[in-house]
Amino acid sequence: MAVELDVFVGNTTIMDEEVYQLWLDGYTVNDAVKVRMEGGVMDECEASADVLQSDTMDQYRTFQMCERLLHSPAKLANQLLFQIPPHRQAMLIERYYAFDDAFVREVLGKKLSKGTKKDLDDIGAKTGVTLKSCRRQFDNFKRVFKVVEELKGPLVENIRHHFLLSDKLARDYAAIVFFANNRFETGKRKLQYLTFQDFAFCAGQLINSWTVGALDNQVEDMDVDLDKEFLQELKELKILISDKDLLDQHKSLVCTALRGKTKAFNEMEANFKNLSRGLVNIAAKLTNTKDVRDFFIDLVEKFIEPCRSDRWTAGDMRLYLTHYTNSAHILDTFKHQVVWDRYMGVIKSCIFKMYHD
Amino acid sequence: MPGKLKAKIVAGRHLPVMDRASDLTDAFVEVKFGNTTFKTDVCPKSLNPQWNSEWFKFEVDDEDLQDEPLQITVLDHDTYSANDAIGKVYIDIDPLLYSEAASVISGWFPIYDTIHGIRGEINILVKVELFNDLNRFRQSSCGVKFFCTTAIPRCYRAAMVHGFVEELVVNEDPEYQWIDRIRTPRASNEARQRLISLMSGELQRKIGLKVLEMGGNAVVGYLQCFDLEGESGLVVRAIGTACTLDKLSSGSAPNTNTHIHPNTAPASNACNSPSKDGKESPLAHGCRSTHNSPVHSACSSQRLSQNFSVSVPTLIFTGMGSGGSAGKEAGPLKTLLRQQTQTALEQREFPFFTLTSFPAGFLVHVGGVVSARSVKLLDRIHNPDEPETRDAWWEEIRQEIKSHAKALGCHAVVGYSESTSICEEVCILSASGTAAILNPRYMREGCLDIGSTDHRFEEPSPPSCGFCHIPYDEFNMPFPAQLTYCYHCRRQKVPDVLFTTIDLPPEASVTGKGCLIQARLCRLKKKAQGEVNATAISNLLPFMEYELHTQLMNKLKLRSMNALFCLHIQISVGENMLLGLASATGVYLTALPAPGGIQIAGKTPGDLSNEHHILTIQKRINDTIAKNKELYQINPPELTEETVGSPIPEPRQRHRLLRSHSESSDELSELDLSHGKKDAFVLEIDDTDALEDIHSLLTDASPPTGFYSCNTEIMPGIFNWTSGVQMFTSVRVLRLSNANLTNQGLNKTFTDLCENLLKSFYFKLRSMIPCCLCHLKFTVAVPEEELIQVTVTAVAMTFDKDQSQEKLTEKPTTKGSTETEEQLQFPLELSTDLSTNMQTSNKISGTVSLLTPAAKLYQNQLIMVHSAGVPESTTVSPRAASVDYGSFADRCSTWLELLKMKAHTIRRGSVKTISSLDRSSPLPEGRSRSLRSNRSFGGSSVPVVKMTPVSFLPGTRIIKYLGIINMFFIRETTSLREEGGISGFLHSFIAEVFAMVRAHVAALGGNAVVSYSMKECVLMENPNKNQAQCLINVSGDAVICVRETDQEPPSVANIGQTCCSSADGAT
Repeated sequence: MAVELDVFVGNTTIMDEEVYQLWLDGYTVNDAVKVRMEGGVMDECEASADVLQSDTMDQYRTFQMCERLLHSPAKLANQLLFQIPPHRQAMLIERYYAFDDAFVREVLGKKLSKGTKKDLDDIGAKTGVTLKSCRRQFDNFKRVFKVVEELKGPLVENIRHHFLLSDKLARDYAAIVFFANNRFETGKRKLQYLTFQDFAFCAGQLINSWTVGALDNQVEDMDVDLDKEFLQELKELKILISDKDLLDQHKSLVCTALRGKTKAFNEMEANFKNLSRGLVNIAAKLTNTKDVRDFFIDLVEKFIEPCRSDRWTAGDMRLYLTHYTNSAHILDTFKHQVVWDRYMGVIKSCIFKMYHD
Repeated sequence: MPGKLKAKIVAGRHLPVMDRASDLTDAFVEVKFGNTTFKTDVCPKSLNPQWNSEWFKFEVDDEDLQDEPLQITVLDHDTYSANDAIGKVYIDIDPLLYSEAASVISGWFPIYDTIHGIRGEINILVKVELFNDLNRFRQSSCGVKFFCTTAIPRCYRAAMVHGFVEELVVNEDPEYQWIDRIRTPRASNEARQRLISLMSGELQRKIGLKVLEMGGNAVVGYLQCFDLEGESGLVVRAIGTACTLDKLSSGSAPNTNTHIHPNTAPASNACNSPSKDGKESPLAHGCRSTHNSPVHSACSSQRLSQNFSVSVPTLIFTGMGSGGSAGKEAGPLKTLLRQQTQTALEQREFPFFTLTSFPAGFLVHVGGVVSARSVKLLDRIHNPDEPETRDAWWEEIRQEIKSHAKALGCHAVVGYSESTSICEEVCILSASGTAAILNPRYMREGCLDIGSTDHRFEEPSPPSCGFCHIPYDEFNMPFPAQLTYCYHCRRQKVPDVLFTTIDLPPEASVTGKGCLIQARLCRLKKKAQGEVNATAISNLLPFMEYELHTQLMNKLKLRSMNALFCLHIQISVGENMLLGLASATGVYLTALPAPGGIQIAGKTPGDLSNEHHILTIQKRINDTIAKNKELYQINPPELTEETVGSPIPEPRQRHRLLRSHSESSDELSELDLSHGKKDAFVLEIDDTDALEDIHSLLTDASPPTGFYSCNTEIMPGIFNWTSGVQMFTSVRVLRLSNANLTNQGLNKTFTDLCENLLKSFYFKLRSMIPCCLCHLKFTVAVPEEELIQVTVTAVAMTFDKDQSQEKLTEKPTTKGSTETEEQLQFPLELSTDLSTNMQTSNKISGTVSLLTPAAKLYQNQLIMVHSAGVPESTTVSPRAASVDYGSFADRCSTWLELLKMKAHTIRRGSVKTISSLDRSSPLPEGRSRSLRSNRSFGGSSVPVVKMTPVSFLPGTRIIKYLGIINMFFIRETTSLREEGGISGFLHSFIAEVFAMVRAHVAALGGNAVVSYSMKECVLMENPNKNQAQCLINVSGDAVICVRETDQEPPSVANIGQTCCSSADGAT
């Protein structure tokens, strides 16, 4: 006596958010039923395991049928097959495009290629995310990447418009696209302490200030590619470390300003030249794609780690970088104020964000 | 050229990729009507083509306009090979053919392919220009409106109800033509879809012609069905009720319910307007006493016609109880009355009405459920133009129904429906309805004048109970029943149990809430062929009916209820079994006596263990009854209290002279007596059958807290509906394992299947609590030898738990007297109005019936209204409700005896009984629901279209009916696994069907479908070949509805007040 067929179709498509989440998380029907049973939903309506099984199956089918539409969310709003109230549509889309920070952290900066896709089972095993869910997330990244790659206009806006995502999620996707495009290295051991949100914040900073679009918002790939001219100009900053006078002058200005304001003053003073060299060298090397990829690792190695070993507090860091940046303006012979600001503005906020345990 | 059809193809979107190389499509469109075809340009390389075509014009006969669908085919242009079809859209242009409805069809339609399903959408504009031509022999019936709704549609008034219309057309099924061997499945499916579309168009046109002949302008309760007879052909048949409808001006629309009647509806007998007897009576009386010989002679029910047709006697009775108490009123006067009413109806061949709910005053009494089944062997339909055989079959069945109704002392059948079940070459034709006495005036022209004659003799019976009063003569009852005086008005006799196929009349007074009651049954039969098979089936049918009715009766008693509404019994035939499923909504009618309990008895009293066993069962049953009473809030008022509380019937005193027998003392003793002996309903449990019965009784789970369920339009006892609506269709197919192919095992399996379905619904819809599953319609089928398929369509509607109280308090305060005055402008119709009021207010009393004291109080007030009415206007005529059928019963008695004997032979000594009484429901019931906005979410680019099997949407008011939706789709797949198996296949198909219905409604400018039903869902699969095919037929009424504003309450509240205020005045 087997149930050969069992369907339930509502005029308004019925979707249970809990089951949707289980589906997104890649649970099989049977596992999902178990989870639901443990969740106590059975008591709600005197349901039995059969009822739960049947309901879960139905919903899974519905989601599978919807999945095609979710790939281009704009279609969801004007398709005729499912009558779904707009707020539910928004929920469906938002959750479908949501991702696990643990998973994205693994993929961040990697090429969104078939090769990476093959590694998904390892990543899944490592992060505890089911393979099915990994695939969905990975495919989402890829899909968004592909769509926005060829579009003009602001990245975040494009993502939000094309995929009908919330602002927050659109920004996260922008970060993912940006990282994937520039292939920033994020997987090194030294970077492991950084969360996806740290990187996403940095990406936002970079997008806002260092890309082509920061100046001109009608260029293709404006928010994805770094502004080549700017990178070229960054070489000019070298003078800050190559010119001995300038370096000393800079140091004394900073030290004057910092004296007595922090416990770590001595370490700052001692390390000033090293730290300044580190930052300026990073700037000067950014014309090389390879060095762009290593941007974050460089920041950590050349700046954050030395500071951390000197036990700077976050306040110290803030103080130091503020004065370090501002003092450069007082240097008479330093002519590259604009570039300096554009560079240091981003560096400052990135380091602030990244300077934690 | 009487018509010009114009179509314009605007654009497409989401088209499938047809050219793999470019990932694009070069689409163009063919627009075809009749034999004319136009083409658009090719829109190259686009999945979202913009054609913006010119207007394609077709000049056609209006006959074609009615029959033919506009056929739109989207194709992919291919330079070197044949163009590939992407899909089609069929547009029924009928809604454009009558002036009030839609004027243009415009919108996005899903492009449908029978193999691939929906493939993108196309935007189309369609218009029709009709030219008048009055003098040709009419073959078309443009302008006749069709409604699926089985009540007078809400923004119309019934000027006249003409009666039954039916038609059938037959053809060869393209699937079985020789050419099918060589054409593609797609071509075959499309041929079939197109043929059925043509046939339904033709059918509708022919019915329209009949309606015009009768002088009507509309068909309500239009029910169209397909019989896929396989080799022997394809039958499309339809029945309906022809009416003359007047559109209500928009202003009055909201009040439909109350205003419909004044002119037309003569106060029915059901209304007890008190006064006026003196005046009119002498004249009227006797003036119409003429014919009472029925036009059609009653025919015997068992007709073993020739070899292959067997009809099964299925007169159904109620009342298992002991012989009825001696009733007394009767008398010759009633007879006269009844003769009059009869004449109007008897001029008709079939006094049948497909309506299940009626204008106030239309339905007078209800006799019981009548049904007839007949087993036929199908043979090839040789000449499609002469569908006589099928016609004759149905004619036979209808005659039978008619004679059953007569046996019950009734001249009409309401809530009438027909169905078939086909397996190979055997076909069971079934018809059922509710025998009833109707107020004849709706059916006669020029009857609006006083005509109060008839009613003088009757005692007033309030509408809340009038329909329960027996229509037959109590001395010659058609079946054993236990009669008592009505618990509501105490003047007329009522049966102890009432079964009907109609909806609960809104004015009926009900105690507590109702609930869905189902009887389920499987019977194995041997596989056989031809006549042997047909005979075997027809031999089984009576047993099945008997058992289903016993189950229903038991379950009814277990829930402590005394009446069933919307009883629908389906018997489905398979190769090796018959399935029976009876669904109904049980209620406790205040007017009927409280049901007795169920008593268990064993035949071997000596056996101690057995005795113990019996005691345990008995206890469980008693507990269940007690629990159910609580659950459904059935606390009927104590008898004594009610006697005291019931109004001193002033009118009654007045009538006393005319009535020979109604001494009040009599009544009281009568009541007591019956009350005393009403308990025994004995179940003996020594045979397995009974054990099974008890088992099935006790395994039915009641719905979880917060849920109610019913198969009527709305749940009796709930009035404050809110706007939450969720229509759904669910299909389950069970494969039986060979192991438990015993009747008992099957019954259990089948019962579990139905129960589990209900449980699933409750669970899925739990977020809507508190809510009620309304209009639950179960359909069973045996698609293959070991498969049982159950299809359910229903709607979940939310309600507000707390509002019943509010309603009560609100009522008295709202504006009151104006309404009364208005009504007084039509003195002649006052009584009608009053009756309407009564009904409405009863509805209100129903609302609060859980608060027993209040309700009672209210009822008292109502009655006072009537007495108060007397002094005010003498013109009011008393229209008495009950009619007596004495002589008629005499005539029928011989026939009845015959029947009874038959019933006995069916199963030794067992009396099968069901009865039903029913009553008409007044119209569009103005329920006092709460109005809450229904507005669906704005912002989305696809308009929201609500669907419901019920005839209204809570919280909204229907302002326009846009036409009937009647669609037939076939879907086939050769990649079943890839589409998610059979469940995935059907799931997406049903979703597609919904989508296409919504799109058509939206294109007509509508935002809802009411009275939606899925009439056919035939599924065939062949998993080994990875194939499946499914046919679905759906129908409904496309409407525009608007949010109910504060205007609405008047219909209910005002009247409430009117009543109250006049009551106040009286006191």
